[in-house]
Amino acid sequence: MSEHKAPVDMWKDDFAAGGNLNELTTLNLGPTHPATHGIFQNVLTLDGEIILETEQTIGYIHRAFEKICERRPFYQIPTLTDRMNYCSAPINNMGWHMAVEKLLGIDLPKRVEYMRVIIMELSRITDHIICNTIISQDAGATTPFLYYYQWRERIYEIYEEICGARLTTNMGRIGGFERNFSDLAWERTRAIIKELPAALVEFDKLLVRNRVFMDRCINCGPISAERALAYGFTGPNLRAAGVDYDVRVADPYSSYEDFDFKIPIGKSGDVYDRFTVRQEEMRQSISIVRQALEKLDKMTDKTTYHADVPHWVLPPKQEVYNDMEALIYHFKIVMGEVEVPVGEVYHCVEGGNGELGYYVVSDGGRAPFRVHFRRPCFIYYQAYPEIIKGGMLSDAILTMSSMNVIAGELDA
Amino acid sequence: MPAFTIKTERDQLTTDRLIERFGADAVTHERLYDTMVYVVPKEKIHEVLSLLRDELDFNFLTSLCGMHFPGLELELGAVYFLHSMRNGHRIRVKTFVSMKDATLPTATDLWPTANWMEREAYDFFGLHFTGHPNLKRILNMEDFPAFPMRKDYPLEDPTREDKNDTFFGR
Repeated sequence: MSEHKAPVDMWKDDFAAGGNLNELTTLNLGPTHPATHGIFQNVLTLDGEIILETEQTIGYIHRAFEKICERRPFYQIPTLTDRMNYCSAPINNMGWHMAVEKLLGIDLPKRVEYMRVIIMELSRITDHIICNTIISQDAGATTPFLYYYQWRERIYEIYEEICGARLTTNMGRIGGFERNFSDLAWERTRAIIKELPAALVEFDKLLVRNRVFMDRCINCGPISAERALAYGFTGPNLRAAGVDYDVRVADPYSSYEDFDFKIPIGKSGDVYDRFTVRQEEMRQSISIVRQALEKLDKMTDKTTYHADVPHWVLPPKQEVYNDMEALIYHFKIVMGEVEVPVGEVYHCVEGGNGELGYYVVSDGGRAPFRVHFRRPCFIYYQAYPEIIKGGMLSDAILTMSSMNVIAGELDA
Repeated sequence: MPAFTIKTERDQLTTDRLIERFGADAVTHERLYDTMVYVVPKEKIHEVLSLLRDELDFNFLTSLCGMHFPGLELELGAVYFLHSMRNGHRIRVKTFVSMKDATLPTATDLWPTANWMEREAYDFFGLHFTGHPNLKRILNMEDFPAFPMRKDYPLEDPTREDKNDTFFGR
């Protein structure tokens, strides 16, 4: 600049020439912004409030889980999978256990599979509660976020009763569970199945036909089925776009084929559809848990909680102190000296936000040779710039929360 | 057993088509647990993937990841997880490259979702995908000095100087 001017004068000159009116703004949305619910950076190029371009930066909480897995025995890895999608940690744990069981060729008793189904569906409910209440929060309704978290809390109390932890659960073991569910855990599960449907109706009444909420969400952040498939969408986001793909039905695992449930789908793939698909999925999950409880009630067996695989399930502690065999197994498991076949498997489960896959390559050693996690939100988050392009900045916030992007899973 | 339905006839069809088109020398196949795994040379990988997508209905790229087998001649590899949703059929396609010439053609023209997956494979294994629109690191910082998922990279960061290793080693 040749001559010095005060900033205000510069602005005045610019404004008089009409130059400032068409200027584009660059805005850093994140990395730490309360509206992004996690650490994501989006550098937006804005024309007024219209988004023209987005550049994403991710990896702020990358913890190299895949690398760490290569040094750990198989039974120590569920603690890492917890920390991916921490909103539905038990699904991640069960998915890992099932991948390893597939590698080892372990068959589970029906009772254990149904117990797993109960846990996975309860965690799907917590995941959807978190996502849907955050959608309502970002759409301007604070009540659900504060009020419906009590149901998540109630489910966390069940986890607490089963495994002692609440958020990062490390629930279950390779071959089953670490202990049988207590009476209190069953009681709490039954109570929640009885009471949650009424709460969901209330949640629906508050938002689903609410004119303000509908105007805010319908046609906000839509994606077509073709684009969603091309971008590798799975889970509720894909179903909201109208594709009825659900791993529980496409590749049933853990005896999901024994249950009768519906796959809700949307039409336009916008925020409203994602919201309503999740609402309906919570109802279906309740129905699945109810069916599982009925099936378990009909069984005479009330004590089996793991498969008969002494090489993988730790013996009870009393036996370790008094029984030679139990001590040997305990030692072998803890030192990671059990036989693992050479091979590779891919196993996927329907996680809270999509197809959660585990690719395990074993060279016969105590730790896997290579582990790859197929993390649904890492894969679909790359569609975010395309979805929000041409929309308003405030819609971008709402779209991000409706996509259920979990920072821990994104960055693994 | 979890998720263990084997689609024998679809597997057979896929194998036949690949061998018919590329010859039995180029395509090796093997069933590992429930899934067919095909290994193809890297010169043919793009053709194989487009054949699978366009003619055998593998419309969905589930995932893509890098591999490293130190000691082999072709020590780096990429695994493509393909899924035909209409037929409920999954396969894996692998290809291997040498450390000196770690380049592969990009699959972003077939599936846009390969974009970040290839960036991840580049970031961790140093696989260069030619034709990729934006091949740069994704999870690690941009000036990271190594490709950390390669087996020769130690688990703990070797560039750290704040730990004294006199007593306990690294």
